[in-house]
Amino acid sequence: MSARHTLVAVGAIAGRILRHSFTTPALLLPPLVGPLVFFAMFGGGLSAIGSLTRFSHHGGYAEFQLVFALVQGVVFAGVFTAGLTLARDLENGFARRLMIAVPEPRLVLAAYGLAAVVRAASTATVLVVVALLVGLDLRLSLPGAVVLAVMLAAAAAAAALWGIGVALRRQTIQAAPLMTMPMFVALFLAPVFVPLALLDGWIHDVAAFNPVTALLEGGRGLMAGGATSSAITALLAGLAAALAMGVWALRGLRRVTAR
Amino acid sequence: MTITLTQARAIAWRSVLRTLLQPANVMPIIVVPALFLGLMAAGLHDAPSLPGFPADAYIDFAIAGAFVQGAMVLGISCGADLARDLQSGFLKRLSLSPTSSAVVLVGQLGGALVVCLLQSALYVGLALALGVDLAAGVAGIAVIIAVALTATLAFSGAGAVLALWTGSAEAVQGLFPLFFLTLSFSSFFLPRDLIGTAWFETVATFNPITYLIEAIRSLVLVGWDAQALTAGFGLGAVLAVATLAIAAALLRRTARP
Repeated sequence: MSARHTLVAVGAIAGRILRHSFTTPALLLPPLVGPLVFFAMFGGGLSAIGSLTRFSHHGGYAEFQLVFALVQGVVFAGVFTAGLTLARDLENGFARRLMIAVPEPRLVLAAYGLAAVVRAASTATVLVVVALLVGLDLRLSLPGAVVLAVMLAAAAAAAALWGIGVALRRQTIQAAPLMTMPMFVALFLAPVFVPLALLDGWIHDVAAFNPVTALLEGGRGLMAGGATSSAITALLAGLAAALAMGVWALRGLRRVTAR
Repeated sequence: MTITLTQARAIAWRSVLRTLLQPANVMPIIVVPALFLGLMAAGLHDAPSLPGFPADAYIDFAIAGAFVQGAMVLGISCGADLARDLQSGFLKRLSLSPTSSAVVLVGQLGGALVVCLLQSALYVGLALALGVDLAAGVAGIAVIIAVALTATLAFSGAGAVLALWTGSAEAVQGLFPLFFLTLSFSSFFLPRDLIGTAWFETVATFNPITYLIEAIRSLVLVGWDAQALTAGFGLGAVLAVATLAIAAALLRRTARP
């Protein structure tokens, strides 16, 4: 199969997944509404936290929470678009037929991952538009926006590959909690409400090793218009997570194709 | 009367066993609210530094939310179980027996209330283990559990309405985020007078969940606050009566042979 035909095949599969994802309310709404709700809840309901003496973020507490909403949005877009969809397709046999139809089964995984990243981009765009509409003054530079986009794409890919790995092993939509709960826990074992420096005790120790922390701190630094070192750390953390989850997904694929 | 109680007890016991013997059901009901509480308490450790914050430790403030969140998850679980009974035809088969639809509903709710008792006892133990000082004392524990039971009745009634309206367990569980919304836009995270955003404070003031949480919170932080307890019990009872009345009407129509 030539490179052009490979791209056409991956694009066609990804296009089908995206059409289904955007037209099925159970897949469309949770990854979109959830982050919006958390943004309103934390950015609005917890805005008083921004007045704590030790708290400092240039753009205010709402912008601080916007980054969490963005990371949460792309992670759940990844899991829902790739993981849940693949689980359903494996359950009804469609995914196996797809894997037979292409010269290399990994192309099917690539298609699910691509769809997840595109879906994550749409979610992030909606969140940023909503943030601008409610009056946030985002001081993100163009290079900063590009770095943030790559960072979020890596996070979406890592989440998608995690979901793909679970789907390949369980091959049932009943595995949905196995995909979403670890992501939820990982998101909240990070500096969600205050920066890492303001956390005390066990949560600080856990958050310090959590790759989500790097994404949040890096994103918040970029939003504040600077913090190159934390952005680089975030980028590396996102890419490392995507690589690790890629290995997880490929090992899962071996189980399916070996049968 | 004896036969009715026997029937209700049998259905309630089935409901209790069905919930407790499936770890996938127990985890979201008991573990998730406790986990969320732990994460919030750790992450918002500095919140008591806010001027006017009513507690010295955030855990003392936040524990009330865990009871209400647990009742909410239990209500959804109760609704999903009822929907499964509807989907599997169990309710139709029951309607062929002398068991009335009211007894079926009472039995399902009885199961949820028993699990709520266990859940509340666990959360009280957790609170005491974490050093939360209950201002209302030992008697306050009984009232906290009473508020939790009232909340469970209200949420279970709502869960039953959703189950009978949608006829699908997946649809009921899919509506959980809507329930979570009502919990989130309340005084779950901060006291109403410290919510820095006007629209959020307004929503929280009109949200009945706020008064359920504040009733329990008053027992922990203040002691015996008649206004908070009256509002919590009153609104909880109104919600419970309304949702159960609707559920009973829907069940009579749905479970006709």
